[in-house]
Amino acid sequence: MSHQVVSVRVYAAVFAALLALTITTVAVSKIELGEFNFIAAMTIAVIKGTLVVMFFMDVRRASSMTKLFVGAGLFWLAILLVFLLSDYLSRGWLLNLRWLSRPG
Amino acid sequence: MADSEAILAPQEPGLRHHFDDSAQQLESSTLGMWVFLVTEVMFFGGMFGAYTVYRNMYPEAFASTSHFMNVTIGAINTGVLIFSSFTMVLAVRSAQLGQKKALIAFLILTLILGCVFLSLKYVEYHEKWVDHHIPGPGFQYADSRYAHQAQILFYLYFAMTGMHAIHMIVGAGLLITLIAMSARNRFSSKWYTPVEMIGLYWHFVDIVWIFLFPLLYLIGHTK
Repeated sequence: MSHQVVSVRVYAAVFAALLALTITTVAVSKIELGEFNFIAAMTIAVIKGTLVVMFFMDVRRASSMTKLFVGAGLFWLAILLVFLLSDYLSRGWLLNLRWLSRPG
Repeated sequence: MADSEAILAPQEPGLRHHFDDSAQQLESSTLGMWVFLVTEVMFFGGMFGAYTVYRNMYPEAFASTSHFMNVTIGAINTGVLIFSSFTMVLAVRSAQLGQKKALIAFLILTLILGCVFLSLKYVEYHEKWVDHHIPGPGFQYADSRYAHQAQILFYLYFAMTGMHAIHMIVGAGLLITLIAMSARNRFSSKWYTPVEMIGLYWHFVDIVWIFLFPLLYLIGHTK
């Protein structure tokens, strides 16, 4: 209980940033950017998630043990998604991927 | 026995006898809550994995469904949920400062915003019902080329937003519990761990929606 109380201003700034990023993600989705549409949407979502985890969930001031567990959770999620996709891709089951199936 | 209890009577409110002090107890609670949240990440991760595979199998069909998603409601709901995370964090802050009235007010505000989210979700589900976009025998799709593949997206849509909504309903129940506990003076600036832990849960549910919104609503608007 030794944590110092964070000022409302910090929380309000994070809230404003999250709202601005939500508007940005909707605006960017209306512009044709090809594959970059998905990359932009996910980048914005990751930034928003990081803001919530760091400031609202206070992981930036959490103990090293808690940070390790949060990191381990994300690492395991990465294992799930990367190995799932590597399996599908290496079997050639996702031939619709444009950047993988260039003509030729 | 009575003597030892008197000696061991907690100096710090809410401190259980098997912890050295409040800091250690809070650390254990926080770590335990995060372990639970990591299992939730894995749980939703499976659905995000299924989404990733099927979206890469049928990109055109998935993109075509975006025209039938209500982006306005989706965006408003994103704002509502972010706002509710903001009020939740202010509730925790009020608890830290021992401001009981502000704590209850922010918890009630968070609960109201959660209900607004669920009500708008109901409006969306009703639209899907009217449009025959509920997967199953009654499913109809404007573009007959994608009828089967689009059904997969709508199945994932209902599975993911449905599980998210169930988490919101559980969160609303937890908020009501917190409001009742605060009203009974169970919390003080020295002990408010349940407020903080349920806050973590509420923010986690917010993060799930932050990823669901672009993936389900914003995939094919340029096509």
